[in-house]
Amino acid sequence: MTRIIWILAVLLSHWRRHPMQLATLLIGLISATALWSGVQALNQQARDSYDRAAATFGGARTAMLVGRNGATFPQQLFVDLRRAGWPVSPVVEGRIQIGGRSLRLLGIEPVTLPAEVGNAPTIGRTGLQSFVTPPGEMLVAPETLSDLDLTEGTAPSASDGTLLPPLRVQAQLVPGVLVVDIGIAQRLLKMPDQLSRLLVGKAKGKRVPLENVVGDRLQLVEPDAESDLERLTDSFHLNLTAFGLLSFVVGLFIVNSAIGLAFEQRLPMLRTLRACGVSARMLNVVLVVELVSLALVAGVIGLICGYLIAASLLPDVAASLRGLYGAQIPGQLTLKGEWWIAGIVISIVGALAAATTSLAKAIRLPVLATAQPYAWQQAQHRWLIFQSALALAVLAAAAGILWYGDSLISGFAVLAALLLGAALGLPAIVEVVLSFSQRSAHRAVAVWFWADARQQLSGLSLALMALLLALAVNVGVSTMVETFSRTFSGWLDGRLAADVYLIASDDTQATEIKAWLRQRPEVEAMLPSGRAETQIGGEPIEILGLSDHATYRDHWPLLQSTANAWIRLRPGDTGLISEQLARRLKLAIGDRIEVPAPGGNWTLEVVGIYADYGNPKGQIAVNIDALTRRFPAIPQTRLALRVAPAAAPALISSLQSKFGLDGRNLVDQATLKAESTRIFNRTFAVTAALNTFTLGVAGVALLTSLLTLGNSRLPQLAPLWAIGITRRRLAAIELLKTMSVALITTLLALPLGLLVAWCLIAVVNVKAFGWRLPFHIFPLQLLELVGVAMAAALLAALIPVLKLARMQPANLVKIFADER
Amino acid sequence: MATGKPIVLSVRNLTKTYRSAGEQIVVLRGVNLSIAAGERVALTGESGSGKSTLLHLIAGLDAPDGGEIRLADTSVSDLTDAGRAALRRDRLGLVFQQFNLIPSLDVEDNLVFQSRIAGRHDSAWHAELVERLGLGGLLKRYPDQLSGGQQQRVAIGRALAAKPLLLLADEPTGNLDEATADDVLALARDLVARTGCGFLMVTHSTRLAATLDRRIHLHAGLVA
Repeated sequence: MTRIIWILAVLLSHWRRHPMQLATLLIGLISATALWSGVQALNQQARDSYDRAAATFGGARTAMLVGRNGATFPQQLFVDLRRAGWPVSPVVEGRIQIGGRSLRLLGIEPVTLPAEVGNAPTIGRTGLQSFVTPPGEMLVAPETLSDLDLTEGTAPSASDGTLLPPLRVQAQLVPGVLVVDIGIAQRLLKMPDQLSRLLVGKAKGKRVPLENVVGDRLQLVEPDAESDLERLTDSFHLNLTAFGLLSFVVGLFIVNSAIGLAFEQRLPMLRTLRACGVSARMLNVVLVVELVSLALVAGVIGLICGYLIAASLLPDVAASLRGLYGAQIPGQLTLKGEWWIAGIVISIVGALAAATTSLAKAIRLPVLATAQPYAWQQAQHRWLIFQSALALAVLAAAAGILWYGDSLISGFAVLAALLLGAALGLPAIVEVVLSFSQRSAHRAVAVWFWADARQQLSGLSLALMALLLALAVNVGVSTMVETFSRTFSGWLDGRLAADVYLIASDDTQATEIKAWLRQRPEVEAMLPSGRAETQIGGEPIEILGLSDHATYRDHWPLLQSTANAWIRLRPGDTGLISEQLARRLKLAIGDRIEVPAPGGNWTLEVVGIYADYGNPKGQIAVNIDALTRRFPAIPQTRLALRVAPAAAPALISSLQSKFGLDGRNLVDQATLKAESTRIFNRTFAVTAALNTFTLGVAGVALLTSLLTLGNSRLPQLAPLWAIGITRRRLAAIELLKTMSVALITTLLALPLGLLVAWCLIAVVNVKAFGWRLPFHIFPLQLLELVGVAMAAALLAALIPVLKLARMQPANLVKIFADER
Repeated sequence: MATGKPIVLSVRNLTKTYRSAGEQIVVLRGVNLSIAAGERVALTGESGSGKSTLLHLIAGLDAPDGGEIRLADTSVSDLTDAGRAALRRDRLGLVFQQFNLIPSLDVEDNLVFQSRIAGRHDSAWHAELVERLGLGGLLKRYPDQLSGGQQQRVAIGRALAAKPLLLLADEPTGNLDEATADDVLALARDLVARTGCGFLMVTHSTRLAATLDRRIHLHAGLVA
């Protein structure tokens, strides 16, 4: 043991003498761990929330009995089933408003709740008495309590003035949900003796067949392993994971570069250790112990940074998930122990992966070979050929996956292979450019300039590869976001063509509002609309009822349609379908679709396909009258109004004061567009932040590579200084050299980035979201990125160059002394 | 050859061939030699005669093609890589022309390194070595802060710290001026006498070779 400690102390002493190299290694590992763990923390937080939602009294994780048409049913059925031995528990569900906020109200019966219903038992048992006896209790998630700006124990009032039970915090509850005893819920929701569903526990014996007890009035819904939210948000999380992985890989490039340089510099030391009697096995064990120790330290710091990154991005992620999918994610980050362990493991695995080449060299290290610092440069040509062949193979694999693959995973695999192939091919391409420049140069210093840049290439290639990856992804993502932004803006103009949108609280109020609006001369048209929900092939589908009006005919963003598509909608046997539904069900114009409806299947002919960006669900647009005939139970409370724009504010104000409508159910077109654009922008805020982080990490990779190379460059630079080139001029040449290599890399990153953008738009987005954007190139944006990349290279090169410019002549003289 | 003292090194019919650019180069053609405890031997010969190769084979840094090397009662030729490493650690001291100190350790840590990993650190011997080698004022310095002579004194100290059976030195004075070389070699001779170990030194210098007990001359891969 003492022997190992001594050898470890010797190996570690290298870092004490080369603190910058140690910093490089740690920065690489910390960045890689932090970005990966940060993204994983966000994903974990979101998935935990989906689990909480799914486990909330009859979410997707519990078997349940529901009414045939999704409608409520008499409480007597519950009694009948219990008597027949069915372990069922009743639930009633509806919405109430508190302080202007609409919340989901669940009524449960704690005594009969099955044990399998997630967090229910704890709620039922603790304080059962106070929960069921008047005034009862209203369970609420801490986040909701904080949103409502209320304290525990307060008995709030609903917006209609009804006094509600006192609030009690229940940490496991999903935000936005209130839970009360079923009797209280039935009274609050005005649903006496009615139930929304029955939760089904595990039966001990054989159950009487359902039909024998309730006939065909109820149907059994089996629990899902994955909730709707999980299915819908998979793409979003995959996107985040892909970014986290990219940042992780870029971070490992730094680690690989630092370990490689350290290994080359420590070669003489390793040989001396071997000569002093340290066996190859012992040396490798200690090298691994050293690496794992460093990875542990970096892993802990990386996890803390990852936590901070996740905490800072969480509000944007939560807003994106709420805006896109309606998922409620708490704003407070809570992490499990597994996250910390996984972070440490990923740091260690990453460090070992990045050190594989160096460790393999150490295993094969011959004791007798003379020390050859930077021996890799001698093998550069052979390595470039091998790496280029590998690049071509990976690019061929990318083409193969693109041709044969047909899933989101294959889309990301194409992207990964494309980026990896390009990164592997980069040194060879830069070498060709530098070699051509060298042959074209005539003046002595210029020839040396290019020749020396070629020699430097092996030391810089990893950092340049990281820069290429970061820039290409930046170009790709920026192009996609900009394309999306412009397309989205035009699409919103088409979808939100009416001037005012309102939702009445119920059908009675809707009738009153319509009657009142008919008297208003500024209202040019009233366009009632409606929504119904159904499922096709196990996926949720929205059916949208639209009025037959020029507002839709002239603006609706149709991608393809038959002639007179809008006129053909009138009879109710045709529909327009969203692009994502068309892709998912492989439907084209003229195809027929069977839509499950309360009175039996509704057959619709597809007469048009329209863009429906940002909607995870498939959508069908039909004539509103046809929709209400087929789905008579849907509320007819939605109304779009055509109003002279100047008259809109006054009309909204009158509607607010007369009918008590507020900002959530009465909104003008401009506000709705602004809100949609805000949600859109926040959706990409996380991507933009990760994009910037990745570019930052690539900048650090370049800086650290230049710093670690700085000292080893002296033998190449000292002879030039000796023959009369000033230190200042040498520094300028070094700067120019770094900038030239960075410029070549940046120029190569642009076409690669556009290819990445095409992949994202034409492959990944289509698989992830079901829609495809038109592809645009934005030259100004590309120019801006070239500027940013060159600025990053300048910043990275500045410290080593200034160090060189200010170097004391004594240090340069040492190069020529024997006793260095 | 000294008599009456135990043999610490015995080499019999040692052969070694290298392949270079498709051509076989025979470096050692059947070398025989032995060294007794306390004996100081110079190994001389022109460039390419196989001096360094012989030293590397004895140190277990390379493996012979034929013949036998015995260090006291151990056959070096039969050892695995790990066994040869243990042999170097516990029973040999090596000094090179390029000093080969560990640049990131100070003088004190360099001195004790081998004795520590061999588990044979002797504080009194360490103190004596520091004093005899004149390194008292240099213990906290790093190798790049020392002159060539000082670095070679540290290397000798490191090699003798674990009291080896045999000290092997490959051109230890090759990088030093004449006066410094004389000083360093005198120290090495004294310390070898103090420990009683065998000493085999490769050198080009007939003047320095003459200061040792015996001289073995290699010519074309054979002891002349």
